[in-house]
This record gives sequence, C-alpha cells and structure tokens, in this order.
Amino acid sequence: MEVLPKIPKSWNLESKPHKFCPGCGHGLVLKALGQVIDELGIQDRVVFGCDIGCSLLAWDFFNVDSVQTHHGRTTPVMVGIKRANPELIVVAYMGDGGGYAIGSQHLVNAATRDDKITVLLVNNTIYAMTGGQMAPTTMPGQKTETTPYGRDVGVAGYPMMGPEMVSAITQEGAYVARGSVARFRKLKQYIKNALQNQMDERGFSFVEALSTCPTNWRTNAEKTWAFLEEQMTDQYPPGEFKTPQGKEG
Amino acid sequence: MGEKPIKGEQKAFMTGNEAVAWAALAADAEIMYGYPITPQNEVMQYWTRLAPKYDKRFLQTEDELSAGFTTVGGVLAGRRAFTATAGPGNVLMQEPMSMAEAMRIPTVVVIQQRGGPSTATVIYSQQEVTLTCFGGNGEGLRIVYSTSSHQELFDYTIKAFNTAWKYRFPTFVLADGYQAKMRESLVLYDPQAKGIEMVPTESFVGKPGTPGEDRPPAHLRNTYNTEEELFDVLSKNIREFEENAPEITEYEEFNTDDADLLLIAHGIVFRSAAMAARELAGEGQKVGYFRPITLRPFPQEELRQAAAKAKQVMVVESAYGQLLKLVKENLYGMEVPIKTHLRPGVGITPEEIVADTKKILGEGE
Repeated sequence: MEVLPKIPKSWNLESKPHKFCPGCGHGLVLKALGQVIDELGIQDRVVFGCDIGCSLLAWDFFNVDSVQTHHGRTTPVMVGIKRANPELIVVAYMGDGGGYAIGSQHLVNAATRDDKITVLLVNNTIYAMTGGQMAPTTMPGQKTETTPYGRDVGVAGYPMMGPEMVSAITQEGAYVARGSVARFRKLKQYIKNALQNQMDERGFSFVEALSTCPTNWRTNAEKTWAFLEEQMTDQYPPGEFKTPQGKEG
Repeated sequence: MGEKPIKGEQKAFMTGNEAVAWAALAADAEIMYGYPITPQNEVMQYWTRLAPKYDKRFLQTEDELSAGFTTVGGVLAGRRAFTATAGPGNVLMQEPMSMAEAMRIPTVVVIQQRGGPSTATVIYSQQEVTLTCFGGNGEGLRIVYSTSSHQELFDYTIKAFNTAWKYRFPTFVLADGYQAKMRESLVLYDPQAKGIEMVPTESFVGKPGTPGEDRPPAHLRNTYNTEEELFDVLSKNIREFEENAPEITEYEEFNTDDADLLLIAHGIVFRSAAMAARELAGEGQKVGYFRPITLRPFPQEELRQAAAKAKQVMVVESAYGQLLKLVKENLYGMEVPIKTHLRPGVGITPEEIVADTKKILGEGE
C-alpha cells in the first residue's frame, strides 16, 4: 500500500523538519514546489533562489542548487543566472515585502522584459521575520506592529495587487496566477503551469501564494484559517490571471 | 567560440570606455549587465555593437542594484560576467558587491569615477576610492586596480578577470571620467598571443548531475545563525585575502632612494605626479614618486620602504584625502612628514605639482 502524503524526492531530508513556525504556510508552498519539481523531472536543472525574510529559511530546503541573496534581490540574481545559462530552470522565491516593496522594480522590469523565469511570491500580509510590520499586502484595517490601530489606507495606502499588476504589464505567453495554501491542489497546479511555461520558453511566469502567519497575526488555528479563507481571499481573489494563448514554445 | 576579436597585436586610438569593451572581448568575457550612467556609457555601447559578432550577450537592467545582482547571477552560472558604473551607480553597486564579497563570487566591475558626493559632476574625480575599496557592510575583501592610461585600462581589465577567478574576490578596475572619455593610443592584443592564459571559469550552480544523488547540492548563502558561524567564515576569507595580498599587490616607483620629497599618487593623477617628478629630477632636485597600482590590497611594505628613505612625502589626489587615508594607515608608526595636494573633483596638472613641490622644498631650506 502506498503511504500518502509522500515527501517530495527533491526535498533535502537533512534539513527536515523545516525551520518555519507551526502553522506557517511556507512549508505547504515548498511542498507543492517540491512535488512539481519531481513531476516535471527537473531536479537536475532547477536553481532555487530565496530572498531575505522568512523565505531565506528555505536556503537548504531542497536537494537542488540554491542561492540565498539580499532582500528584494532574488529576481535579478535569478535573471542573471537565466540570461547566462538559459538551460537552467530558475525559481525566484520571495515574500510580499521582497517582491512588492524593496524589490518591486526588479519584479516589474523582469516581467516587462519577459524574462523566462518563475517568480513564486508568498503573501502573508505581513513582514514576518522582522516581527510583524505592515507589508505592501497588509489588508485595510489590519493591525500590525507599524499600524497598531489598523492600516489606515488614507495614510498607509492600499494593498498591492500583485498578479493583477503583473498580468497587466506582461506579454502574451506569460503565465500569472494567484493560489492559496488553503487550496493545495490548485496552488500546485499553478506552480506547475508556471514552471512548464518557463520550460516551454513561452514567457515570464508568476504565482502569488496566499499564506498564513499565525505567529504575527496572533491567531489560533481556527482564526488563522478564517483570515486566509474569508478575508484574504476576498481582498485577493485566487485564480489564473493570464495563461499563454496561441504561442508555442 | 568563433573568430577571435583581436588577432595578435593591433594598434588603436580610442576612448578608454572603448578600450574596456575590447579588453572584455579579448578576455573572453561572456556577458555584460549594465545600466546607463555617465561617464561609463560607451563601455556598454561598444560592447553591444561588438558582442553579437562574437556570440556574447548583454542585458540592460533597471538600475545598478540589478546590474550588480545579475552580474552575480551570471558568475554563479559559471560565466565571465562584468558590469561598469560610476558615482551614484557605484553607491548602489555596493549592495551586490557586498554579496560577492561575502560569498567569494568573482565579479568584475569597471568604475569610471565622476564627481561626488551625490550627483555632482559627470566629468571626473578620484572620490570613489573609499567606496570602491571599502564599500558595503563588510571588511573590504576585494581587489582594486587603479589604472592611469588606456593601455592599462586594456591590460588590467583583462587581468581583472583572471585575478577575480583565481582568488575569488570581487575585482574592480578603478578609472575615471578622463580615462573614460579621452582618446589615446594603445596596443590591443589577444591575451594568448602574449602568453596570458585566461583562468578557467567554473559554475557555482547547475553543474552536471542531480543534486542529492550524483553530487551534493550547492546551498549558497550569506546569512548565518550565530556570531561564531559568521566569524569562522570571515576569518577564513580574511586569512586568504591577507595570504594572497603579496602576490596581488602592484606598485611603481621612481627616484625613491634618498628623496627630499616623495610624491604619492594613483590613477591618472599619478601621470601628472610622474611628469612633475621627472621634470624636477631633471633639474637636479631629489624628487621621486610612489604609485600604488592596487589600492586593495595596498602595497604596504613597498610604500614603507620608499617612505623610510624619504625626508617627506606628499599625497596628491583629486579627492579630499581618500588616498591620504590609505597612505596614513599604511605608514602608521613612521615619522615621515606627510604633505598634501588635495583637489577634490578636479584634475591636477604637472605644473601645479611642480609649483607646490618647489614651495615645499623651498620651505625646507
């Protein structure tokens, strides 16, 4: 009898159990990514890049070549690798702060240039590693360490709608989706589509994963899930925003 | 690889930026990443014209952060990769270069200094010495060649790739707007024809085989959990930097025995200082010069030996004491008086140095 769920072959067992907090969504996103790497059979040519913030804890997560860089700079490092060796399949893994704030110029320009890379961005509405400050994705009214009375959009602005923006600035051939760790199979399918898009050399690919941070949200399991499933998915509708049309690789 | 860009030796009359592009081609650099900023723009402009003919690549990035980090990526992929920048671009470049320094990534960066601080001028200065040698939140474990002519720009750009890949420290060619923009004659050459072998490159990621099965995965990081972990890594890097320093350092000197005044200058200002020293020596004055070619690592012993024989030294630079700081640090404990001729952001002529030198020597009588 086959025992499920299986640990992905591409995981580095020596770094397990992983270092993320209990209830954190990173483990699920990385599990989906691991399964996709296995299913696509690309463990020998994936380069995994991770940002600063909680995502850096993934620097030795996989048995794939991995590079940890500075906050916001994962995209250019992966672009540099891909441009120098297009045979490699590169995954830039980052949080919402890295992708939408300090590294937003890199995301925008890599998307506009149609770089053949995959950006996988985890949106947990907060800067988690630094202790729970407001992120570009913090919800209106959400309390954080730097919005202790709730995010006042008149002062602190509105949440960044990542996939909506990326789909607006990319060419046909790009793949853009937003998944959620609450819908694992869908999220995994989106990640697979994104990597397949890169393998087919069709265009830029981008997946935002809605995720959880009970540590900084200060929520129990029930409230964590409710925040993700109800409030976050209301603000951030999941789904595919752009799928490559009529462009063969 | 197709045809060689330069066969044997070839006389040329061109700008320094053009010489850099030719040198990178001659060194078999494979990819340049860059962002426009004066006075280095023509490095990219010549590279983009020449590169496709020799199966080389280019990416124009969104800023210098990206130019630096994509260069890091190109090197990680095992390519001879480089970028060029100046001034405020050099400020941004320090972030990626601190990653290169932390992880021993052999990047090559050409700096064409312009006036500072801030936007200042697009023309010329020697004000990026401290930044290029010690920029970033680290210890300055990098190699910096200060060139003084187009021939040297060509020679040291080629050499920078070999130094970087041999010692695995980020390597800089530090020139300036004068060298970038003026035209000069030089000899371009195929390094091989001169017996210069290019140090082979190596991939940091994407080596053959499946990680975890055929080989260990490359897990490259610059973040550490404990102070001791970081200290171990830094100690090893510092030791290797210091052990290799005597092999890396380069300098030039003239008339250093028994000098009444020893001029100390680097880069293009060194040419003025050398002209002044030779002119004064021709008049029977005991004036010599010492020129560090590598500002990092600094030729400490050689400077101390020269300074020990001099009655006094004078630091001449187009900055307000950046070379001076290096000189003082390296002469620490010696009693030789240090005079200065500091002109931040402006060029220095031999006549000015001659006049200043005569004044100083006159005072001594």
